[in-house]
Amino acid sequence: MSFARRALIVFWKDALVERRTKEALNALVFFSLVLLFVFQFALGPDRERLVALLPGLLWLGFVLSGMLALGRSFLIERENDCWEALLLAPGDKSAIYAGKLAGNLALMFTVEALLLVLFTVFFNLDLTGVLPALLVVVVLGTVGLATLGTLFAAMTADLRARELLFPVLLLPLEVPVLLGTVKATEAVLSGEGLAAASHWLALLSAADAVFVVVGFLTFEFVIEG
Amino acid sequence: MSPFIYVRDLGKRFGALTVLDGVSLEVRAGEALALLGANGAGKTTVLRVVATLLRPSRGRATVAGLDCVKEAEQVRRLVAYVGHGSHLYEDLTARENLKFWMTLADAPVADDAIQGALAAVDLDRAEGERVRRFSAGMKRRLSLARLLLVRPRGLLLDEPFASLDQAAKKWLAEHLLAFKAAGGAIVMSTHSFGRELDVADRVAILAEGRVVLDTARAGLAADELQRLYALHAEAEA
Repeated sequence: MSFARRALIVFWKDALVERRTKEALNALVFFSLVLLFVFQFALGPDRERLVALLPGLLWLGFVLSGMLALGRSFLIERENDCWEALLLAPGDKSAIYAGKLAGNLALMFTVEALLLVLFTVFFNLDLTGVLPALLVVVVLGTVGLATLGTLFAAMTADLRARELLFPVLLLPLEVPVLLGTVKATEAVLSGEGLAAASHWLALLSAADAVFVVVGFLTFEFVIEG
Repeated sequence: MSPFIYVRDLGKRFGALTVLDGVSLEVRAGEALALLGANGAGKTTVLRVVATLLRPSRGRATVAGLDCVKEAEQVRRLVAYVGHGSHLYEDLTARENLKFWMTLADAPVADDAIQGALAAVDLDRAEGERVRRFSAGMKRRLSLARLLLVRPRGLLLDEPFASLDQAAKKWLAEHLLAFKAAGGAIVMSTHSFGRELDVADRVAILAEGRVVLDTARAGLAADELQRLYALHAEAEA
């Protein structure tokens, strides 16, 4: 009960601050729009090329916006040394991780929903038939990105070269998630369904499970330094 | 009576830089110790080691017999640290900040208790305002209000009177005296030789990471203390 209460208050605090400032959301929406303009400009009206590239483009958008969201998730804690007070708060530190992870997932899902809508508008796509299967892949991929991303964001928050180190450390470890999501999305968008991508989904689920366990078990050591 | 805060032969190095070099201090329950010293003398480092924010390179620090490294979790339940940062979120209101930190500390979050703490630091009329609009003194008072709610047995305060106006200084001094009278132990760093030091029962002067003087405050006038400070701390520097 105490764990859930503490995780919830961290989520509540991050959500409230974001609702009031809209710092991350405004930046991510603008970034997504720019990204889509660039994709549209680069690909032109060629539908065959678009269909082949769409899974990669979609996840490029999700990963880049996700990295932006994750990278700044602990910056709020640097202001007024709040990080110090989080460290001194007695109790299980993984509750802080759970709250931060929930906040990051909420933000990433919001931006991904917006990106999906914009993709359908910009590229004149009809995703209604494949949407439920696509959502399964998006949820699994986002959880994989956010669990490890939240941990690495905490690890690099206090470093001078954090903007550089965060993606350099995170992306190599996310390779199974990136491969699994792109391949499963490809299968879903080509109409083959989730069954055709079951081995990729298994890889994604296994990566998510490992990352969640690693995140919860190591967060305390990460913030204690 | 065994000391509540006990520091023995404490050393701390950051690379080649020695910040603490064999500091030994004791503070009993119901006692306040003021740490005086020039910038870089090691006052903040001593406080941060006892608060469990830093691991010493050598020596030992305990709180109520609990080791500050090996039993950090239990130590954190006994002492509260207020450093240079206010530990406040700028885009939360005063009340929301208190609610957040109380919940995270697993302390009871009663509305009237929060209201009482805000009233005690004269911030009850600003409870709904975002901290971003607060002055430095108001932020200091709000971070001290947090201590009223957490009810620790020991306070570690890094220049607690800085940025406070005269009324807030008076309130803080009264609060610290009441905390001591109730059996609490206080270690505070300060640069002031003024009335703020009246809270302290003992004064320790640090210079270049060592305690060069540890003496009782009673009967020590401000000018005498300044003379001793010049003799010990400035001579070392």
